[in-house]
Amino acid sequence: MAAAQTTEHGLKGYLQEGMRRSTARGRTQHNVGDGERIVSGLAGSILLMQGLGRRGLAGLLVGGIGGALLHRGVTGRCQAYQSLGLNSAAPPQPGLSVSNGIHLERSILINRQPDELYTEWSQLENLPRMMTHLKSVTVIDGTKSHWVASAPAIVGGQIEWDAETVRDIPGRMLSWTSLPGSQVEHAGRIRFSPAMGDRGTIVSVHLDYRPPAGRIGHWMAKLFGSDAEKQIHDDLRNFKRQIEVGELPTTEGQPRGGCLGGIGRMVGN
Amino acid sequence: MKALVWCAPYKVNVETVPDPKILSPRDAIIRVTSTCICGSDLHLVDGFIPFMKPGDILGHEPMGEVVEVGLGVDQSKVKVGDRVIVPFLLGCGECFFCRRGLWSCCDNTNPNAAMAEKVFGHATAGVLGYSHLTGGYAGGQAQFLRVPLADVNCQVMPQDLDDHQLVFLTDIFPTGYMAAENADIQPDDTVAVWGCGPVGQFAIASALLLGAGRVIAIDDGAKVPRRLQMAREAGALTIDTSTEDVYERLMELTGGIGPDSCIDAVGMEAHGVGFIDGLYDKVKTNLMLESDRPSVVRQAIHCCRKGGTISMPGVYGGFSDKIPLGAFMNKGLTLRSGQTHVHKYVPKLLEFVRSGKIDPRFVITHRLPLSEAADAYAMFRSKTDDCVKVVLDPAA
Repeated sequence: MAAAQTTEHGLKGYLQEGMRRSTARGRTQHNVGDGERIVSGLAGSILLMQGLGRRGLAGLLVGGIGGALLHRGVTGRCQAYQSLGLNSAAPPQPGLSVSNGIHLERSILINRQPDELYTEWSQLENLPRMMTHLKSVTVIDGTKSHWVASAPAIVGGQIEWDAETVRDIPGRMLSWTSLPGSQVEHAGRIRFSPAMGDRGTIVSVHLDYRPPAGRIGHWMAKLFGSDAEKQIHDDLRNFKRQIEVGELPTTEGQPRGGCLGGIGRMVGN
Repeated sequence: MKALVWCAPYKVNVETVPDPKILSPRDAIIRVTSTCICGSDLHLVDGFIPFMKPGDILGHEPMGEVVEVGLGVDQSKVKVGDRVIVPFLLGCGECFFCRRGLWSCCDNTNPNAAMAEKVFGHATAGVLGYSHLTGGYAGGQAQFLRVPLADVNCQVMPQDLDDHQLVFLTDIFPTGYMAAENADIQPDDTVAVWGCGPVGQFAIASALLLGAGRVIAIDDGAKVPRRLQMAREAGALTIDTSTEDVYERLMELTGGIGPDSCIDAVGMEAHGVGFIDGLYDKVKTNLMLESDRPSVVRQAIHCCRKGGTISMPGVYGGFSDKIPLGAFMNKGLTLRSGQTHVHKYVPKLLEFVRSGKIDPRFVITHRLPLSEAADAYAMFRSKTDDCVKVVLDPAA
């Protein structure tokens, strides 16, 4: 018993030291909140000790779970949370006009001058031709437009919103916000900044949004591999390619072999 | 048309497949007149590049005649009837990288950029017939080939040279030349070249063209004696790994300081000798715990003279273990690498061929019809019949 107490004391010390260190390293790596970490760490310690005291598969299982919880408590990182895109450590998002949402940023280098890219972007109705995830953009009046984008099947295959321009600095930036009644409540801006030397322009998109069905929607979107961040990244790349090359690279429709019946010449082993 | 198709690791087949069509306005279709099997095709056959799909058409060293161009092709650059070689990788000519001559790093020609970004951090250029990681483009071991952005990627050739003098401008000649350039060769330098396959042969020839004092060529003379013989004919000293210790010999030849520059023209499927360099990598790659076998890199770092340069044209695809970074750092070495920026080198190397500075045909050991390509792969892979380089004739 004495030995166990010593070990438990040692584990507490380990836990405290681990929390101190990993907190000092900065919050950004954590996705488990402080309160949850303490509970997780202590529960883990207890389970680990119980597991070590048992024999057989049950002991291994209990000890294993205990170890994982302890690790989660000490490091403040949770694999399961990470793969679900959850984070109980993050402070509330400071969204532009959308509270408790998700903030996304993406930028890309394009070999053109800022005013040229600004002009291309301002022709909103042309954007779907360049950006594959956008289905259509319809201009309503000088500052308002209606947008339709593709979305995971789980949220209906597409999402729509009305946007209103908030700021427009020709050649430099545009910002907008969604109007009441939109399926995705969001605020965004696109900035065209000259890059160093003759590198062209850094185009960056910032977006604060509340995904369909909140956090679960974000998680589902992630799960289906077409969450907003990926879409924005893909579409910025598509925009760059259309501007620089005039077409998107494709292999759709090229010839392929049949490998009928898996028949092929063995050329080695 | 007929084409060589990848069906599974170690399985390829010549099949009848649909002819290629223009898919984008700047595409061209060429009728392939000569096409080659490259050592790097064997990495695909051996399953070392995991992004292949059954039915993929292989081949990235094609040349031919333009038979159709899309409406968006700049016909002042390329038109129907032109004789062209097609670099193994596709450039756009417009992005940050192409404008700096870094054609193999092109931002705009890989349709699967998102996949490549996950694997490498950034996407590299699209490559003909070389896995979906580099775009999944149908390759050139076929009777016809679609060439995207044809006015940038089709390199027009003169009519007065024969196919076999020109076809290696697609890959192995520029690759060997860039390897020698990356080796930072100074007058009177000793350059060691690991691997005397076709790229190694062009690296040896290019090192001499660039003024190396001496080239030492390293290969396994028990496997393909023809390779070391070719290297000797080009003017290199040779080390036969089947009978000689590479480190000992290199030190003996350089008064103990080691070669000034080392070129790894072997890449990720090196066989290696001894425990770490042989068995360790074999076991780990077979268990999927390591994707590449980097024994040549290890040996080059060990042998290179202090402050020297290692040039790495050999292809690596993923992760390697036990790279002696301690030796690399403490000896003050420089490592340069990259897929070849073919477009940049074509005009200069074409001039070398035209002026007779080099006749690239010296590497060809086998000329075979495309219909026999699967057998050719088997021969090239097992290195039987002293096979160094196979050129295929798609019409036959």
